[in-house]
Amino acid sequence: MSKNINVALIGNPNTGKTSVFNQLTGLKQKVGNYPGITVEKKEGICKLPRGVKAHILDLPGTYSLNTTSLDESLVVELLLNKNDKDYPDVAVVISDVENLKRNLLLFTQIKDLKIPTILVINMADRMSRKGISLDIEAMEKKLDTKIALVSTRKNTGIDRIKELIADYKSISSKPILDPNRISPEYFERLQKTFPQNDLYKLWLVITQDVNFMPIEKKRIQDATDFATKSKDELKKLQHKETVLRYQLINNILKETYKVDFMAAKGLRASMDKILTHKVFGYLIFFVILLTIFQAIFDWSGYPMDFIDEQFALGAEWIKNTLPPGIFTDLLAEGIVAGIGGIVIFIPQIAFLFLFISLLEESGYMSRVVFLMDRVMRPFGLSGKSVVPLISGNACAIPAIMATRTIENWKERLITILVTPFTTCSARLPVYLILIALVIPEGNFLGLSYQALTLMLLYLIGFGMALLSAMVLNKILKIKSRSVFMIEMPTYRLPLLKNVGYTVIEKTKSFVLGAGKIILAISIVLWFLGSNGYSDDFKDADQIVTERIENEGLSTYSKNYIQNNIAAYQAEAQAEGMSPTAIQDSIQVLSEELSERAVAQEIASYKLEHSYIGQAGKAFEPIVKPLGYDWKIGIAVLTSFAAREVFVGTLATIYSVGSDEEETIKNRMAAELDENGQPLFNLASGISLMLFYAFAMQCMSTLAIVKRETNSWKWPMIQLGFMSVFAYIIALIAYQILI
Amino acid sequence: MATVADLRHGQKGIIKDFTENTLPIKLLELGCLPGNSVELVQVAPLNDPIYINLSGSHLAIRRSLAELIELDIVEETKSK
Repeated sequence: MSKNINVALIGNPNTGKTSVFNQLTGLKQKVGNYPGITVEKKEGICKLPRGVKAHILDLPGTYSLNTTSLDESLVVELLLNKNDKDYPDVAVVISDVENLKRNLLLFTQIKDLKIPTILVINMADRMSRKGISLDIEAMEKKLDTKIALVSTRKNTGIDRIKELIADYKSISSKPILDPNRISPEYFERLQKTFPQNDLYKLWLVITQDVNFMPIEKKRIQDATDFATKSKDELKKLQHKETVLRYQLINNILKETYKVDFMAAKGLRASMDKILTHKVFGYLIFFVILLTIFQAIFDWSGYPMDFIDEQFALGAEWIKNTLPPGIFTDLLAEGIVAGIGGIVIFIPQIAFLFLFISLLEESGYMSRVVFLMDRVMRPFGLSGKSVVPLISGNACAIPAIMATRTIENWKERLITILVTPFTTCSARLPVYLILIALVIPEGNFLGLSYQALTLMLLYLIGFGMALLSAMVLNKILKIKSRSVFMIEMPTYRLPLLKNVGYTVIEKTKSFVLGAGKIILAISIVLWFLGSNGYSDDFKDADQIVTERIENEGLSTYSKNYIQNNIAAYQAEAQAEGMSPTAIQDSIQVLSEELSERAVAQEIASYKLEHSYIGQAGKAFEPIVKPLGYDWKIGIAVLTSFAAREVFVGTLATIYSVGSDEEETIKNRMAAELDENGQPLFNLASGISLMLFYAFAMQCMSTLAIVKRETNSWKWPMIQLGFMSVFAYIIALIAYQILI
Repeated sequence: MATVADLRHGQKGIIKDFTENTLPIKLLELGCLPGNSVELVQVAPLNDPIYINLSGSHLAIRRSLAELIELDIVEETKSK
């Protein structure tokens, strides 16, 4: 028989379940989503002794089979459904030696489902330090199972797990607690009505708020008054069940588990005193935040520039090597540029998740939640929203991915919806160029107006996120059952292997998940920008060449050539070149420059008459009240793909032909409106900045929101609301300032 | 009636029998059962949430929840 053994890893959070999973499967793991929901599904293959293989499924961490979150419901659902292809042949419950009592609660519940269940006691390396001693043999007898004592940190005991899995047929599947002990009267009646069904499973179906496939909840409700027995009474029985289970566990542990408190040493108390201190706690958190920011903002700049260059070179190479034609253009400008637009985010995502997983692995993250919970409460959020919201100031994509740690769906959804208001790094180039253009130099209390404006924009973004969270909290009618409760795990040195896996896995899921959508939209945008229906577009080369022949180059192009030549001349003279040599090379240079100028004017003309250009013109009446002309309109429109293309698009339209910020800035400053006044003035500049502050202009974020909420509904609401809101604010700002 | 919310730093209490079903089942599963001990480990800077040691489980809960857990405070002579 070559069928793989189906194994389900189950355990409380913070027991090192993921470490065990990583040790068992190595890199032979697959991370996906459960169909229809956004709970992560991790599975992998493990080679066992005697040539057998096991399919390992890492179920979400849960404290018990009484569910309060989507993740936990999923565990119960799988364990109740014998027909599921992942239904385990054997369950492996991972426990932590320090919290064994609590972990055994889950163990007894799983065992009562009559699934062969192995107990793994992890973190054995901490036993001596905590003064714990175990009698494994006696415990195996009492619990009627096999136990593996494991330390994933020291890499011991993993082979024992593999042995036990391979030998799963010899593991008992007898239940531990007889449900009749909870309430004889109630369970007898239940058994009489459903003689075919297992009592404990029936009980779970009745008490859980989930629908389970094999035993239909509705049938039970319709047939009897078991479920309609008042909620209070059911809850009382659940309480009783828990008490009974603990009695059982206490009896077992009394004889097999000893803790010598005198020998116990812990860092916890002293570290917590500092890390959750009224002053130092916040200070340390602040320093850590600064480091994360520095990494995402600054350090990731180097790999990002490198990626940017490589893709530009790649596109260039394709254009020069392949025969010219629509296919080559598609490849170079659509596909390669599109993939580049995805890959460019990898450094930021990798950095953020490097830090997040370090913080989580070490146990510090729970302390952050503890410190910040009260601060976030007025906005309908909890401490768990802090990290995503702050990460949003670097990039909304990893920030939204980081909301997965929020169990409460309503809170998580609100966090996802408001995060894009925070000032991500893609807004920065837009802000910087506009601030330099329209905000006067000068000081206020030693701070420059320009720096103050930038700071204000950051505050506006964060404030808006909190404000809309408050509003959403009032509007959204989502039932959320879970109470705020977070475990404060012991501090541990992060396992590099786990951190590495997390970084790889998150990056991969971004590239594969959001990547597809981004690539598709890039191709569409490329198509719209490089095609047009009018004759103007088709004959652009000819029209522009003719115009240049008749009227000469545009004033801007002329200036561009002159300035470049003047600069070259000055440089050459400074270097002491002979006048004739200078004259000769200027000749060559000016030919080159005018060739480039012509190409730029053609590109600009083409863009003006492409579908996007046409759209920009059609769009003009809409953006006119905000103080923009059709050119800015196009830049705003293309920015809906990603904000940072604003500068690049303007460069193309103004046929500047270089991404050199200074050049574009000068060109923008020279742009006049129909009255001969500078187009970029205080009013239009501020209106533009506010528009960028509030509008949802990032298709990557939309793609990730779609993925995380599993529907187009939320990203579309986000896009609609934020854009309309941005428009209104920009309109008001312009009309007041003008 | 004293509750977990009344504990002072380092103070311990023994959870009383509760008859009402006001406590979430999750809290029970984490060890909040009659007769078990609770110790206040830390209080967050803004006085809420609180960080407790619930018979070996280290948890942070909000004050509103802590007020629901009744207990007998063990007057401990500070030995530290």
